[in-house]
Amino acid sequence: MIRQGPGYSAVSRRTLVRGMAAAGALAGIGMPFVARAAEPIRIGFPTPVTGPFGAEAKDQIRSAELAVKQFNEAGGLNGRMAELLVRDDKLNPGEAATRTLELIEKDRAHFIVGALSSAVQLSVNEITRSRKVLYISISQSDTINEAKDFSRHTFHEALNPHMTTAAVAKHAFKKGTRVAYLVADYAYGHEMLRGFKRAAAAIGAETAGEILHPFGAPDYSTFMPRLRSMRPDILCICNFGRDQANSIKQANDFGLKKAARIVVPVLLHNQRLAGGADAFEGVVGASNYYWRLGETVPSAKAFNDAFRAAYGGALPTDYGAYGYTAVRSLLMAVQAAGDTDTDRVIAALEALQYDVAKGSERYRACDHQAIQSVLITESKKKSEMQGEADLFKILEVEPGAEAMLRSCDELGHRA
Amino acid sequence: MDPGFLDLELIAMQLFSGVALGAVFVMLALGLSIIFGMLGIVNFAHGNVFMVGAYAGVFVMERTGSFWAALLFGPLMVGALGLLIERFLIRPLAGRSPDDPLLLTFGLGYVLVEGVRILFGSDGLPFATPEELSGVADLGIGFFPIYRLFVVGVVALVLVALWYGLERTRLGLIVRAGARDPEILRVLGVDIQRLWLWVFALGIALAALGGVLAAPMRSVNPEMGNVVLGEAFAVTVIGGMGSLMGSVVAGLLVGIVVSMTALFAPEMASIAMFAFMALVLLVRPQGLFGKPGLGV
Repeated sequence: MIRQGPGYSAVSRRTLVRGMAAAGALAGIGMPFVARAAEPIRIGFPTPVTGPFGAEAKDQIRSAELAVKQFNEAGGLNGRMAELLVRDDKLNPGEAATRTLELIEKDRAHFIVGALSSAVQLSVNEITRSRKVLYISISQSDTINEAKDFSRHTFHEALNPHMTTAAVAKHAFKKGTRVAYLVADYAYGHEMLRGFKRAAAAIGAETAGEILHPFGAPDYSTFMPRLRSMRPDILCICNFGRDQANSIKQANDFGLKKAARIVVPVLLHNQRLAGGADAFEGVVGASNYYWRLGETVPSAKAFNDAFRAAYGGALPTDYGAYGYTAVRSLLMAVQAAGDTDTDRVIAALEALQYDVAKGSERYRACDHQAIQSVLITESKKKSEMQGEADLFKILEVEPGAEAMLRSCDELGHRA
Repeated sequence: MDPGFLDLELIAMQLFSGVALGAVFVMLALGLSIIFGMLGIVNFAHGNVFMVGAYAGVFVMERTGSFWAALLFGPLMVGALGLLIERFLIRPLAGRSPDDPLLLTFGLGYVLVEGVRILFGSDGLPFATPEELSGVADLGIGFFPIYRLFVVGVVALVLVALWYGLERTRLGLIVRAGARDPEILRVLGVDIQRLWLWVFALGIALAALGGVLAAPMRSVNPEMGNVVLGEAFAVTVIGGMGSLMGSVVAGLLVGIVVSMTALFAPEMASIAMFAFMALVLLVRPQGLFGKPGLGV
């Protein structure tokens, strides 16, 4: 104790001095005089930093920070800088509501962007809607498009289950294809199942059977005999995260992949890493972004390059990219609106056409859903991978079109 | 539900899946049961020790490239950690209220999860099925992964070894006597502290072995122990707290109950285990093989 005391305080004093010097230098170099006077543009960013989706959340933060950095380096809004206020929502709707309220009331955030799970996003939306603060959600959901949860302050930059399942079904289902469904028994699974069955009905694919499994189940062995006995051409697994990794792995162990092709609504970078190449080999699914899009789309290449340069060669991932596309679109709208007035920024977002990472996107007027391309990817065989990040093959890029979405009428929006 | 899909082969296959899953449950419950039976400690860190075992397996596997080394050294490493936990955390609480070790292990569980997140990240790691055990076997009634058959075999071996050790050796006799009346044993000159130390480490190592065995079936992640803790508790409570025989019978029964529920009402598969537990407790509050009045 006695020996440690003075040493400890000396280090901390030195660190403090260094930190203050650095802060002073930054303020001096980065910003012209006007900038220091103007109030920054504050973007609140709730995301599950801790918990099972921590990796996705960190990618979201890095991408969002990149968007803010680029905006500021280009001079901001006439010298007015943007800043990102990251808060941990712990993947918990209550926590997210509290943090969002704090961001609005205490930190006086002008806008909210974020959330990763559908329940959390709805809870954030509740708050922003009642406080009349603009919110761009970056978590997959169909519900948020529907009239009962919508408000003119609500925007949805992420894909929704309806779009992803339709794109996957269009690619994988044929007339007469027998499809067996293994579905997580909660909102996300149900939304995905509904999307797939709707697409299957239009294509003429048959349902060989469906099994609902409890959310978070670690063992799927007891579902396998039944799934096999359905003799499907395609096994469609509608779950997320750990459930997805575990169920795909075990379907593979039980030899189901030899009998049927496995498709999933959403195929994610980080889950594929955790599940391993062998288990995921040949699995087909949809995503909003994969870095190889940079080979054909110039804005994707620019995004990859900027991300690489900012983060020591790392590549952006799917859910991470939402952080970039959402914040970029917001800041472009702020630029167009000329200030942070909520109504003017809403109008600017509604009128915005943006191409920042994956080709042209725009928000539909009635439900503020981003119309954007959907990527169909297939997980690569280990022996065909060129490097550690070469996880998927892009099979198809389904271009963004309003026809991919449910009609405004169906969602309950009156014209 | 339409029963038209049912045939004998499917039911037989479902029963078999249930027994194989039951073997996994037995493995999960053993360590918990041994530690409670001998030391009277309810180990709330059990699920997370299982998780640490899986990570220890990954650690050894990455360095040696051998699944067999992981299967041996993973549990040994975690067992050694168990020695330290008993000596420096559990033992100082001796003679205090039985709630104290319970709270301690509860907190320890959190420490283990955060420790693993710091060392290995929160993402989860892949663990491939060993080459020589991958593939499926044709059982005549259906296909089953060879690896899962191997797990059933390992669990059977562990059970035989435990039975032999406890029932047929002098050390086993002392352990059993220690569980029944530690005071008398101490009076007879047996160093009961040392005995408890090793029994605790054995229970921990068994949980870790369960983790290594489960790693190729499930993805390895910091939260994988949470579900396991609940499952292990359900099995030990159904079997009777502290009874080894109870753990074995209850584990297999629970496997079959879960499997049959999965066939008829798949979304109820997880609940089934706890409904079964409630049912058993209504009829036999001490569990199938428990002694009445054995309170914590």
